[in-house]
Amino acid sequence: MQTKLLSEHYDKPEFQKIDGYKKHGGYVVLAKALKMDPKAIIEEVKASGLRGRGGAGFPTGTKWSFLPANGEPRYLLCNADEGEPGTFKDRLMMERAPHQLIEGMIISAFAVGSKKSYIYLRGEYDESRRVIEGALKEAYAAGLLGKNILGSGFDHDMDLYMGAGAYICGEETGMISSLEGLKGQPKLKPPFPAVQGYLRKPTIVNNVETLAAVKYIIRDGAAAYRKYGTEKSPGTKLFSVSGNVMKPGNYEVPLGITLKDLIFNVCGGLKPGRKLKAVIPGGSSAPVLNADESMRATMDYEGLAQLGSMLGSGAVIVIDDSNSMVDLLDVIMHFYHHESCGQCTPCREGTGWLSKIVHDIRHGKADVRDIDLVKKVSEQMMGKTICALSDAAAMPAISFVTKFRDEFEQHLKNHAGSRESGETLHA
Amino acid sequence: MFKLSPECDAFIKKESTRYETVHSAIIPALFRVQQELGWVPPEAVSHISGLLKVPDSHVNEVLYFYTMFNKEPVGKLHVQVCTNVSCAMNGARELHESLCKHFNVENGQISKDGKVTVSKVECLGSCGTAPMMQVNDNYYENLTTESAIRKLKELGA
Repeated sequence: MQTKLLSEHYDKPEFQKIDGYKKHGGYVVLAKALKMDPKAIIEEVKASGLRGRGGAGFPTGTKWSFLPANGEPRYLLCNADEGEPGTFKDRLMMERAPHQLIEGMIISAFAVGSKKSYIYLRGEYDESRRVIEGALKEAYAAGLLGKNILGSGFDHDMDLYMGAGAYICGEETGMISSLEGLKGQPKLKPPFPAVQGYLRKPTIVNNVETLAAVKYIIRDGAAAYRKYGTEKSPGTKLFSVSGNVMKPGNYEVPLGITLKDLIFNVCGGLKPGRKLKAVIPGGSSAPVLNADESMRATMDYEGLAQLGSMLGSGAVIVIDDSNSMVDLLDVIMHFYHHESCGQCTPCREGTGWLSKIVHDIRHGKADVRDIDLVKKVSEQMMGKTICALSDAAAMPAISFVTKFRDEFEQHLKNHAGSRESGETLHA
Repeated sequence: MFKLSPECDAFIKKESTRYETVHSAIIPALFRVQQELGWVPPEAVSHISGLLKVPDSHVNEVLYFYTMFNKEPVGKLHVQVCTNVSCAMNGARELHESLCKHFNVENGQISKDGKVTVSKVECLGSCGTAPMMQVNDNYYENLTTESAIRKLKELGA
């Protein structure tokens, strides 16, 4: 079931260091790529059908081809600001296989003609920082970064930049603002970063997993990569599975695997005596699936879109019948309120109201009309803001109160006029 | 007068030319100050803006935007318990409450001996190993209340 392409050598401690990495074929693909025509690399990535692994699922090769053709300076940014609740796949890759990311980045930079790249790493990932800093030093010492890489005439510098705790910096234009030394507030698109990004120069922003996958596409060719996954969602994907499963963790599987297989075969199923209640299939912004939908879901971009949800970052949060959906929505709404950057009114105000209303429902200080109000407020937040954070809060809210309406009503009946004993837990 | 160590000042000056724009040095400068003092006191803002030659307001807007900068002092061990969804499902809120009780503090408060601050935080990307806590720079995962307290004692709490 598991198909280890990116995660093949995660269990080997030596893979973290350049010598160990080279023992397993490290930087051989870079040497091959540097002899290719950069345009051919872009075409290969296009042909592979690789889609962005950070959340939006945009075709990577197409994103690259939006760059202007002239020789203007351009930047490559690696989005390592992994912050979508439930996601922990990039952290593991950076800690176990830092050179795989660096190699994928140099190949990608060569393809798009960038002489400078940054890895924008979330501030809390200190272990990743230590490992990446070490790996960058090793790569420079080995002549894999800097001037005239492997005698190819291609120059490239790579640096690491630490975020400081803001979910919004995982949004590509928010990340660019942050790297520019500003508040991490997203910018209106267009212009898209490929045209005007970091310092208003053409900029490509790709996720850690996406850039690492580029290495394997160039190593094996697009056709070989397409052997994994489905026609429209090719390749393997790293899924971070958490919540109520026996074996939570990161698993690399071909896209298109059924959610049922992922939970019950790969992750060892639920705890004894527990029943599946719901699954959040793509990080906390993805609309929740009920048990019935979960059993029908395939884990690819189209399969989840068909069910009105999304693959997102590949963070699968499995929820069994011991949980209260009201409680979990309260936790999720608190998060989005905390993380709204405050720039757009529908998001700044909407996330605050959603958090307050759901919190009141949870504590029995609301009535049944407030369940409708959650939906109404959410609908007014969709598609009205500079970035997708507002939608990211609205989508779980709508799906929770729609699909678990009975539970929300029952909760209000059970807690009418009362203050739940657990109130102090989540002030 | 407010002063930082010469190493700290030297670091900030060096960062000011590392990136394409001097503003990019603000986040690293704030981190460095926090590393030295445990938090970022208001006086540090004009100190940094002086070194980088940017207005105070630019340093302030960065300081107040990002949650990792402590705007108030914290204990020697800053214990941050993630209480986001996967952690909440695995007892993180109870863990946070137990730790507060054990060290006799409210959320975000410093213990009387100055050793510990317990804070509730959002997702730290450790969802498969919940519940977890970050103590200063390091993660401790798959915790129980007992194992968390034991670890904190080892760390000097």
